[in-house]
Amino acid sequence: MTAATVSPAHRRGIGLRVRDQKAATAGVVIIAAFGLLAVLADVIAPSSVQQQVGPVFGRPSADHLLGLDDSGADMLGLVLVGTRVSMLVGLASTVIAVALGGVVGVVAGYFGGRVDAVLMRLTDVFLVVPILPLMIVVAALWGPSVGHAILIIGLLSWTPTARVMRSQVLSTRERAFVRRAKALGASHLRVIWHHVFPRVRGLLVANSVIVLASAIFFEAALAFLGLESVSTTSWGTLIANAFNRAASSAGAWWAFVPPGACIALMVLACSLVAMSLEDVGSARVPESHIFAGRLEVIRSDGQ
Amino acid sequence: MSTSLVRTTAVLGRRLAVGALVTVAVAVGNFFLFRLAPGNAANLGLVPNASPELRRSLERQFGLDQSTAAQLKAYLLQLAHGNLGISFGNRQPVAANLWTALVNTVTMVVPGLLLALALAVLTGVYAAWRRGSASDHALRAVALTMFAIPGQWLGMVLLYAARGHLPAGGISDPFLAGAGLQAQLVDRVQHMVLPCLTYALIVYGAFMIVLRTSLVETLSEGYILAAKARGLSNRLILRRHALRNALLPLVTLVGLTIGTLVAGVILVESVFSWPGLGESIYNAVNARDYPMLQGAFLLLTVVVVLSNLVVDAAYSYLDPRVRS
Repeated sequence: MTAATVSPAHRRGIGLRVRDQKAATAGVVIIAAFGLLAVLADVIAPSSVQQQVGPVFGRPSADHLLGLDDSGADMLGLVLVGTRVSMLVGLASTVIAVALGGVVGVVAGYFGGRVDAVLMRLTDVFLVVPILPLMIVVAALWGPSVGHAILIIGLLSWTPTARVMRSQVLSTRERAFVRRAKALGASHLRVIWHHVFPRVRGLLVANSVIVLASAIFFEAALAFLGLESVSTTSWGTLIANAFNRAASSAGAWWAFVPPGACIALMVLACSLVAMSLEDVGSARVPESHIFAGRLEVIRSDGQ
Repeated sequence: MSTSLVRTTAVLGRRLAVGALVTVAVAVGNFFLFRLAPGNAANLGLVPNASPELRRSLERQFGLDQSTAAQLKAYLLQLAHGNLGISFGNRQPVAANLWTALVNTVTMVVPGLLLALALAVLTGVYAAWRRGSASDHALRAVALTMFAIPGQWLGMVLLYAARGHLPAGGISDPFLAGAGLQAQLVDRVQHMVLPCLTYALIVYGAFMIVLRTSLVETLSEGYILAAKARGLSNRLILRRHALRNALLPLVTLVGLTIGTLVAGVILVESVFSWPGLGESIYNAVNARDYPMLQGAFLLLTVVVVLSNLVVDAAYSYLDPRVRS
């Protein structure tokens, strides 16, 4: 995410380029804003958000901008506080997944051979197994809790990162500077840390944004299925509560639209960041030979 | 020709091997996962306050007094015979429950997927054709938003919008059992509208984005230039040369995102109480019906493995370059 601000030489080292400055900025700003809300939730929201302040599913009003939920509590305060748990689950499980995927990918790519074969078969299995059902099974057995949600999402979301990192490391491993460092007698750890990792770091960052989006999504899904404890307030549990009390049929859109919009906005922001980053080594943007507006053939040099 | 056939068979054979490996891994994993669960079959709460004698006899009955290896072997043998156990919920064989659910899921997913594909092709072609224009940007923004929206939430929003007009859930109205065929058909369709539409919209986003990108790339290929030079109309080039090739990545995408498609099924069916595999999982979680949960998970894995194989076969059939 900092790729845009660093010097060109360093930028090459990170291996990423910001292709669409506007989209990337918008995405980062949204993610940062939610992060800030999560940290400041207690300061902004009234101390007792769970308290009943009016009728069940009270309409939005000047006092309660987003109306009241199924227990008559203020929705705005609940959404603010819910941001904290959703962001915590999202970020913590992303850290676990990216760390695990990064280590598996780098080790498999760097050492190759039998290590690579074993790790990649394992990755293959986890890539094919439908992930949400597996998360549900484990969560149902472990019991509903925020800690379990973090662990489950983190431990089951590492495979795409491992795949991407491995292929990047494979192409870095044979580069001259890596072989030179090895020939000079550098330890594996040193070669990986000083020569390989800096070249794949950017990709890891880009990947973590995608993992974050799916982690937010999985948190909401697990909460919807009742696999996050009922006493927790998160975007996911707010939607689940509204569903369990038939908010849709009751016409209380304010009980589920705001938390869902937060999830959508967060996932959208992650997609914007991920899509605006590109590998420096990747191919040029293709030139269409025909498209509407100019029906004549366009020469590939653009003239 | 024969060598390419051999190669295709070899590729599919390897996929089949990976698929078999995954299925066995999940079956074995299932066994150990549920063994790690608090309690075992004899004290899962089925028999509260059981005497030690009863407990021992139950343990013997369930084979729990045997070694882990023997239990695993017995479990896998049962699976091989299609025996998934008995549901705690309705006391019916899990396999029979799942079969009914699978049929219901397919009747929801297939129309949903077809609708999503149709929408994606229409808007994807239009966006790629008017690449860089305002409508291209708008269509991509809509697709990205659809991609970001959680399925359960979209279901609730549509439920809210259609409340009073369409049934809120279920697959049919039980009070229409004696009514005429036409009334029943109308009722079934009415029940299908919301789940299918929700499902179509949540999978639409990724379809559209991939199709547009792939079409933009295809339009830059040399053979498009050649077709243009031969004086073919743009419409013909789009349909016969560009779209056909641009659809290939979509096939791959469907293969790669089958896991996501499954997640959508679970969420959409839970919202609309559609009695398919997803709702079976939702109910099994809430009722702690472990045999159903275990069986549904295993069945979904097998479905995903088989779908991957079908996608691979379709890919090599559609793209001759893969074969040679």
